[in-house]
Amino acid sequence: MEVDLTLLLFIFVLASFIGFELISKVPPTLHTPLMSGANAISGITIVGALIVAGSLGNPLGKWIGFAAIILATINVVGGFMVTDRMLEMFKKKEDEK
Amino acid sequence: MSVFLPETILNWLPDTIQLFYLVATAFFIRGVKLLNSPGTARKGNQFAAIGMMIGVLVTLFDQNIVEFELIIGGIVIGGLIGLLLAKKVQMTSMPELVAVFNGFGGAASALVAWGELARKPEILSFDTTGLVSIGLSVFIGALTFTGSFIAFGKLSGFISGNAITFPGLNMINIGAMIATLGLIGYFAFDPTNSTLFWVILGISLLVGVTSVIPIGGADMPVVISLLNSYSGIAAAMAGFVLQNNLLIVSGALVGAAGLILTNIMCKAMNRSLSNVIFGSFGGVAGGSAGIRDGDKNVHETSAEDLAIQVAYASKVVIVPGYGLAVAQAQHIVKEVATKLESRGVQVKYGIHPVAGRMPGHMNVLLAEADVPYDLLKDMDEINPEFTTTDVVLIIGANDVVNPLAKTDPTGPIYGMPILNVDDAKRTVVFKRSLSVGYAGVDNPLFYAEKNQMFFGDAKKSLQALNEALNEV
Repeated sequence: MEVDLTLLLFIFVLASFIGFELISKVPPTLHTPLMSGANAISGITIVGALIVAGSLGNPLGKWIGFAAIILATINVVGGFMVTDRMLEMFKKKEDEK
Repeated sequence: MSVFLPETILNWLPDTIQLFYLVATAFFIRGVKLLNSPGTARKGNQFAAIGMMIGVLVTLFDQNIVEFELIIGGIVIGGLIGLLLAKKVQMTSMPELVAVFNGFGGAASALVAWGELARKPEILSFDTTGLVSIGLSVFIGALTFTGSFIAFGKLSGFISGNAITFPGLNMINIGAMIATLGLIGYFAFDPTNSTLFWVILGISLLVGVTSVIPIGGADMPVVISLLNSYSGIAAAMAGFVLQNNLLIVSGALVGAAGLILTNIMCKAMNRSLSNVIFGSFGGVAGGSAGIRDGDKNVHETSAEDLAIQVAYASKVVIVPGYGLAVAQAQHIVKEVATKLESRGVQVKYGIHPVAGRMPGHMNVLLAEADVPYDLLKDMDEINPEFTTTDVVLIIGANDVVNPLAKTDPTGPIYGMPILNVDDAKRTVVFKRSLSVGYAGVDNPLFYAEKNQMFFGDAKKSLQALNEALNEV
């Protein structure tokens, strides 16, 4: 699919604005989990890694893609799980009272 | 996976994939929004994870993807390592883990761009946009990678937490960054020159090191948050390389959100972002400055003395800080608090916004030790309560209770909001020595008439107090 650059830039800029608006008054309690959660989302690069490793082409490129998949998966799986582990501890306390 | 689909669906496939990417994006946006408040945060994280799952699954149907050995292998290996790290990590090491994950994310984006470049048989098949995107993705991704690992090293003590710098280093860093951007432009005109690519990669890796190493260890959380924002931007750049909407949108989202979060953290520490990055301010807490004024007197206390004081108090506030996290004393704090509560003493915790090793870290640590969430009071909530408090136990905190923040307009911490512990009837500081905090200023609270010092390792002191309470 050929996409034109201006359209991609459009998407990039608009998404940035949404990002700025999304984080507003975060209580300090949530700074650590929010940081680790956002970190997990930045592992979205895994999608790019899948395409590089799975498409036809020069083997070197595919092995680089393979390394990218490993690193990105660590980022994604580890990031979401550890964030959940933290937030679960908060949640538990609130249910008890 | 597209080979498994019937011909009729194949025609619709590219559009269908895009639509699912849109759904994944919606999950990300909703997820980050829900992460903003304590009640919904866990659901928010799960939303984001679902978005990620959708993105990955749908991508597997991309018609360009025809081989799955490397994909399956990579996901299994990466998934297992990620799982292990997330399950095993101690909550006190949270900042280090986030730094490591972040570094991997940045590296992955740089590798995606590099891999795409290496994979295509004909380098001239890239247009200028593609080449510039590859350059930027490698630059930001590689910088995030080495920067995050220096931050990790500083947090875990492999690298000195002190600001390592020399005059002009900031200028050299800025110069190197501008030079790299120039080289990326040149690379876009002369892509067959592979030396250029290696130089760009090399400088980027180096700049990551030299721009983080001059920053003090206590500022690392802000640095990680900023690098997290970079790793988002690197992912977005990789999206430009592959012309992939999902990468661009999610990358931009994280990039912007990370920047705002960085800013919020800076505000909590009463610092500006440029001051953190270029200020070379402070090292880790500790040092051995000792008493600088010989004639200042401190009152010392012992476990037995203190046990009697707190046992017969009606209200005790615990102020935990960085030192408590380092000594891993959060569980024993909870034990002491439980003992006091069983005697009818009211116990609360006053949490400064930057307590712990990163903003919000102390709340996580105390939650792990089963301290009920509603006893953790924010600074604004607890400050009015100090006037009715009998004893404040200040454990491993220093700068956040330093009255100089209010009284000395020339001091480096002037203006930082602090916990007004001196309103209480008595304060007790648990500390190894009288050394200065990370801001490098003396704390007059230590010498105050109604303050007592309990010298020693926070964990050992609390254990002694815990045992002494049995005797009272």
